[in-house]
Amino acid sequence: MADSAISLSQVSVTLPLSTQPVLRDVDLTIAEGELALVVGRTGSGKSTLLGAMCGRVPHFTGGTLTGHVRLHGRDTRDHRPRDLADLVGVVGQDPLAGFVTDTVEEELAYGMEQLGLPAATMRKRVEETLDLLGIAELRDVALRELSGGQQQRVAIGSVLTAHPRVILLDEPTSALDPTGAEEVLATITRLVHDLAVTVVVAEHRVERVLHYADTVVHVSPSGEVRSGLPSQLMVDSDIASPVVELGRYAGWSPLPLSVRDARRAARGLRARLTATLPPGQDRPIGRSTHTPPGQDRPIGRSTHTPPGQDRPLGRSTRTLDVALTARDVVVRYPGDVLAVAGIDLDLHPGEVTAVMGRNGCGKSSLLWALQGSGTLTSGSVRATRPPTGTGTTGTAGTAGTAGTTSTTSTTSTTSTTSTTSTTGTTGTTGTASETVEPRNLPAGERRSLVGMVPQTAADLLYLDTVGGECEQADRESGVAGGTCWRLLEAVAPGIPAQQHPRDLSEGQKLALVLAVQLTADPTVLLLDEPTRGLDPTAKAALSRVLRGLAARGRSVVVSTHDVEFVAECSDRVVVMAAGEVVADGPTTEVVVSSPAFAPQVSKVTAPGPWLTVDDVRMALAGVAS
Amino acid sequence: MSTTLPRAVHPAAWWGWAVGMAVAVSTTNNPILLLLALAVVALVVANRRGSSPWARAFRLYLWLGLFIIVVRVVLHVLVGLKFGTIVVLTLPGVTLPSWAAGIELGGTVYLEGLVGAAVLGLRLAVIIACIGAANALANPKRLLRSLPSALHEIGSAVVVSVSVAPQLAESVQRVRRARQLRGDTSRGIRSVPSVALPVLEDTLERSLLLAAAMDSRGYGRAGAAPRPHRFVTGTVTLAGLLASAVGIYGVLDTTTPALMGTPTLLIGLLLSGLGLWLGGRHVERSTYRPDPWRGAEWLTVGCGAAAAAALVTLSRTSPDQLAMPLTPLSFPPLPLAAVLGLLVGALPAYLTPEPPRPAPRVPRRGAREEVGASG
Repeated sequence: MADSAISLSQVSVTLPLSTQPVLRDVDLTIAEGELALVVGRTGSGKSTLLGAMCGRVPHFTGGTLTGHVRLHGRDTRDHRPRDLADLVGVVGQDPLAGFVTDTVEEELAYGMEQLGLPAATMRKRVEETLDLLGIAELRDVALRELSGGQQQRVAIGSVLTAHPRVILLDEPTSALDPTGAEEVLATITRLVHDLAVTVVVAEHRVERVLHYADTVVHVSPSGEVRSGLPSQLMVDSDIASPVVELGRYAGWSPLPLSVRDARRAARGLRARLTATLPPGQDRPIGRSTHTPPGQDRPIGRSTHTPPGQDRPLGRSTRTLDVALTARDVVVRYPGDVLAVAGIDLDLHPGEVTAVMGRNGCGKSSLLWALQGSGTLTSGSVRATRPPTGTGTTGTAGTAGTAGTTSTTSTTSTTSTTSTTSTTGTTGTTGTASETVEPRNLPAGERRSLVGMVPQTAADLLYLDTVGGECEQADRESGVAGGTCWRLLEAVAPGIPAQQHPRDLSEGQKLALVLAVQLTADPTVLLLDEPTRGLDPTAKAALSRVLRGLAARGRSVVVSTHDVEFVAECSDRVVVMAAGEVVADGPTTEVVVSSPAFAPQVSKVTAPGPWLTVDDVRMALAGVAS
Repeated sequence: MSTTLPRAVHPAAWWGWAVGMAVAVSTTNNPILLLLALAVVALVVANRRGSSPWARAFRLYLWLGLFIIVVRVVLHVLVGLKFGTIVVLTLPGVTLPSWAAGIELGGTVYLEGLVGAAVLGLRLAVIIACIGAANALANPKRLLRSLPSALHEIGSAVVVSVSVAPQLAESVQRVRRARQLRGDTSRGIRSVPSVALPVLEDTLERSLLLAAAMDSRGYGRAGAAPRPHRFVTGTVTLAGLLASAVGIYGVLDTTTPALMGTPTLLIGLLLSGLGLWLGGRHVERSTYRPDPWRGAEWLTVGCGAAAAAALVTLSRTSPDQLAMPLTPLSFPPLPLAAVLGLLVGALPAYLTPEPPRPAPRVPRRGAREEVGASG
């Protein structure tokens, strides 16, 4: 008992207004000085587990907790969160939401002030913490002006100054770009190594933390909790990093947890993979095997498309067809902030484009400018209005929307009706396509041309049932009733119509907003960081939907920090920095060459063109057959 | 003292100084003295204000003062009681019945009345400039931090609510823009449900997150005082407040017995202070880098008090010296004691430590995303 920092014995938690326990008979011990990684699907009770460890559950959230949670011998039964403040530090997902003061230095001191530490101690600890986290030059800066990674480090620092023996972090890197996440993770490992603090991290993106973890705690959707060594627990965990999946596929034992482990195990695999490349090719060419590199725009992930499926692949159509053209886009905000500095961009039908770049590089501003509802200081954005009936060119039943054939055909008719109704007023002939500026269209017409799912997707929802939102979406788009509902069923089946949108999981909320926006069947769909807070299953579902849209000739743009998602889903990657485009090309080319944006499988198989476990599987399966 | 290191002077000291200046100003309507006081206040602000946003707000107070003077003069011309001999302007007047004596619609405007109105406006404007100076010199958040520890939790709540207001505006803007994505551009009352609900939910969610974070960081963990102690503190504070209320009533109402006035008020204030002290004794919290109260603070308050004392004394002994002679109109006198008193008020501009240099601003990494987007 002496060396256990956190011990849960027979803990069950039932949240208010619910009959099913979120956590069931949990027995868990985390030893002092360990780094424990908590994994589990969305809504599986990861946050509840962390909440129970700091006393927020049930003191703050309500509900019933049976059993005992002890932190260094202190039972949360008798101690409120504030009485544990000297023992436990909690860092949330959105650091800005937890800040009490407004400058870095005061924020670091706040917790100590509450504990009543003497002024001299506080002064010393603030300086030490500033140095430990490498943020000494930011001491007087307003918290809102920091970048996401810096904010998260300040949040960690602000709990660290109270010298807690346990730190709980709930998805600390989910909002951060890869570089910012690295900064934060380096800080976390430093805590474990140098300060002997016990750290518990809940994280969806296991690939970021797994190789640092001493213990993995797995929370299943039914509320059972298992814990064990990472390499043992990952063998059959439903949440796994790409490296682990590659290891499972290749049958490596022990399972590799880091890219380094996997690379050492992968010598044989790499040789087999290289053998699958066309002979005479000393340089891998990427997934677009149909097009020689260096010539024209590559076509996308043809290797992914099973033969016999007529995805629009022809180079000629691809280069001619442009769904949206942006020229010299500049977005400037008051206070002399240049968010987008003269970007030219062409979006092609049938292509998923990923926009990447560090926090605050202008991704969101660019998307809003492209959509037409956001600020556009200068430049032009023109979208191609499809001639009447274009919506039916997409082929139903592609990989993405397998089994949702009815949905696809429904939306096709939808698009026909809506296009007719809108073109009726502007007098389009319906034979040739014409370009329009979405900005100048009325909002209703604009969204049927360029749709967007904003970063805080829930802003679009305001009714009290899912069914109500769907009906409202049908009315807004002027389509037959039930269209939105069928789309939702295809994207995320099984959501009760009477459910309140607020009670949906992150993935379900996104699915609902996506369905609402797809009801208008836009030719271009923009998604601003849709992968935030999604578990791997929800991300895979989203990826399927987006691929399905592209297969139907829609153009999709996704801004994201998630390199694995990009590897999975996109044909083309645009990397932005300081409002400018610094790289634009096929996913394979852009991503493989970048140390920050390379997905794990690519790091393992480098310099090969394989980005995901599926790519590897396909390549080897192709040889076998 | 000007050789001391740069530091922020205690905000309460600046308020004390500003109140002293305001009291001094309120005793006179001599325009020379008023302008001198204004110059003193402006000098101190220019020399000792910090780099914070509210430090730049002093100009707003000056504009407000100018506006007051203009309004005062315009009102005099329109409805003021005209007096004097030197005609400036002849307007058609309306004679009102006797019950409205003191109000004169239009009529001939004399220079004396005009000057009198302008001088009264100027006095109010300078008083407002004094308050503005306190605001510009003293960081309001730091002032809240130096509240007695018994009031600390209220202070925190005020600070938090102040910082929530801009977030609310951001939310509204963000949701409104998101509504456009659904083709809804309605404004006014019809957009209320679709905008207000997400904003309200967003705000509530954020408040809960903040509350949970504050809880986990130990906010409100003080208050472990034993029950009898809490009872005593409560009783003393309540008695103090009651006595203060009665005392103020006694001071303002001259018909009440003398005992009910100043003595009761003093006892009330004393009891209130005692209550605060008792309440704060069991609060286990400390302040990070508390603003010290040293010589410079005493000097600042002292200068304000000296200015007030000089003019108040003069107003008792020779009030003519502080007044603007209107009948007949002539050049105002220049009483030496008052000038010296006001000049003493300017000493903090040179004798207090300089404010700390503004923090070097980090260059913005790229650009901030639009409202609400932290990513």
